[in-house]
Amino acid sequence: MEPFKKLSAIAAPFPQKNVDTDFIIRVERCTGTPREQLGSHAFEMARFLKDGSPDPDFVLNQPRYRGAQILVCGEFFGTGSSREMAVWALAGMGIRCLIAPSFGQIFYGNCFQNGLLPIVLPSTQVDALMKQAEAGKTFDVDLEAQRINGAQPFEISARRRKMMLQGLDELGLTLAMEPEIAAFEAADRARRPWIYP
Amino acid sequence: MAGRTLFDKIWDLHVVDELGDGMQLMFVDRHLIHELSGHRGQLEIARRGLKMRNPELAVGSMDHVVSTAPGSRGGNAPWADKIIETFRAEGKKSGMKIYDIGQDGQGIVHVVGPELGFTLPGTLLVCGDSHTCTHGALGSLAWGIGTTELVHVLATQTIVQQKPKKMRVDFRGAPARGVVAKDLILALIGKIGTAGGMGYAVEYADEAIRGLSAEGRMTVCNLSIELGAKVGMIAPDQTTYDYLKGRRHAPAGAHWEQALAHWKTLPSDADAKFDTEHAIDCASLAPQITWGTSPEDVIGVDGRIPDHKPDALAYMGLAAGKPIAGTKVDRVFIGSCTNSRLPDLRAAAEVVKGRKAAKHVQAWVVPGSWRIKQDAEAEGLHEVFRAAGFEWREAGCSMCVAANGDYVAPLERCVSTSNRNFVGRQGPRARTHLASPAMAAAAAIAGEIVDVRGF
Ligand code: SF4
Repeated sequence: MEPFKKLSAIAAPFPQKNVDTDFIIRVERCTGTPREQLGSHAFEMARFLKDGSPDPDFVLNQPRYRGAQILVCGEFFGTGSSREMAVWALAGMGIRCLIAPSFGQIFYGNCFQNGLLPIVLPSTQVDALMKQAEAGKTFDVDLEAQRINGAQPFEISARRRKMMLQGLDELGLTLAMEPEIAAFEAADRARRPWIYP
Repeated sequence: MAGRTLFDKIWDLHVVDELGDGMQLMFVDRHLIHELSGHRGQLEIARRGLKMRNPELAVGSMDHVVSTAPGSRGGNAPWADKIIETFRAEGKKSGMKIYDIGQDGQGIVHVVGPELGFTLPGTLLVCGDSHTCTHGALGSLAWGIGTTELVHVLATQTIVQQKPKKMRVDFRGAPARGVVAKDLILALIGKIGTAGGMGYAVEYADEAIRGLSAEGRMTVCNLSIELGAKVGMIAPDQTTYDYLKGRRHAPAGAHWEQALAHWKTLPSDADAKFDTEHAIDCASLAPQITWGTSPEDVIGVDGRIPDHKPDALAYMGLAAGKPIAGTKVDRVFIGSCTNSRLPDLRAAAEVVKGRKAAKHVQAWVVPGSWRIKQDAEAEGLHEVFRAAGFEWREAGCSMCVAANGDYVAPLERCVSTSNRNFVGRQGPRARTHLASPAMAAAAAIAGEIVDVRGF
């Protein structure tokens, strides 16, 4: 996984509330579409007109937000289905950081598995950042210092922060814990034999 | 020691190690796998040169992309057949059990897990699907995971989690006739919103929950994710034990007795503390129906359409202030992991019996599993539906997610027993109203949204 340390990029305002993962990536794209191509289908219901051309009203189609790598979002972004393709689609269109008052819980976890940094801030602070995004400001996100634009602090679990900073993969870390897992399983087999067929 | 909740007791039993910072490595007892998210996971562990650690603790089924067209025995398109074939072949290599299309045991993962007795009280169960919360109905600690986590479970039989906070919801009083499990949970979502349960493991309790069948409890827990909660659960009791006894994967003999003794220790202690509590007065509830594009956009069927979400109303083609009853419908879908079990089909059939669906309505019944389909047919339910002009289909997810080509056409209005009324969920520009099976059946007969209590 690509480490995430600092990011300086355009931030696009995305104030819609309850953006669900069905809306981020349609289920048909979760079936056969290769992961690398998902980015071109992100938000397709809003991003394209019926004839397939880009809808000029969609924020990421506007020239000023071209190349945006940060989305400032409305509350409960990424609600709904567990599909990780929603994260892959966002990453595929170049998004590396999301800022919102809250996220769908499964989506939030999925972000960390893919080097996409989800930042939770109180609504008033997200609103202030939303205004800056609307003004077309470039944002600086510093994960090491846990600050946005040098001023706005944010919280993140120390473990997840370290994994993002170093680009560590959770599976690699857990595989190294096989002795602990085996010991747990052996004890558990004695304690709850009915679990094991 | 302070009292512990059902959730605490199960959680604590599964901690393999503390990872610091509130994160824990948890042992997974039960892994349910479906073809759509599962095949990606299988290919990924193969790509990494890893193996499935505990195939004996997993069960697979085909549901998302299978065709539910009557008589069908595969996917509905070449890409779907390819996914099914991959899942089958990789499953075989790993040694895990897969219930294939046309077999007793195939169906929607959240229907067959309990049906097979694979889902058990006190177990930690995961599945690459957000409605895994359904299994909490039997007192299992269960939640949905993403693809990367799925790979992690396949390879290590563990998952990394942060302990959520705890919420209890008391469903007080006995619901009136015509008010069922679906109405209880929709009313709760309407009250506290789709973010109301965020960050919580929710326990549903009290009189109205105790009065539900095991299947009704599954409907309640199924919509926990629509409350923003990854986990929703109900303490096991005699209803749970009676439901599970004798099922194919359930423990038997001495193991059953040992398990039962353990399960009886699981309910929350009387002095257990929750971080948040809510209550719903069930006696005063009307049958519920959604009007907007989020499950929290819900009212009693005798109510009027609210005006606070103009975008949702525009999408739904509805006018604020009007009664929701009387809204013309084009489609009815009875199915999904929320409401496709035998008692659901019986409730719908009872409404339909001796009547005919309105001419302009296309109505479908999609049983949740192969077994349910057989059992329903043995009772003659399929004849009741067919005689009324409903289509009786094969088991699968079908029009709940429209991944298999079962769509609601653009701008058509569907009363659906599923769990999501999101923009485009049942097909591009499709309009979805969530309701109970009896309410959906009544809408098909009347050709419009109607109060089932008048039927
Ligand atoms: S029935 Fe619908 S909600 Fe349930 S698992 Fe299938 S697609 Fe998901």
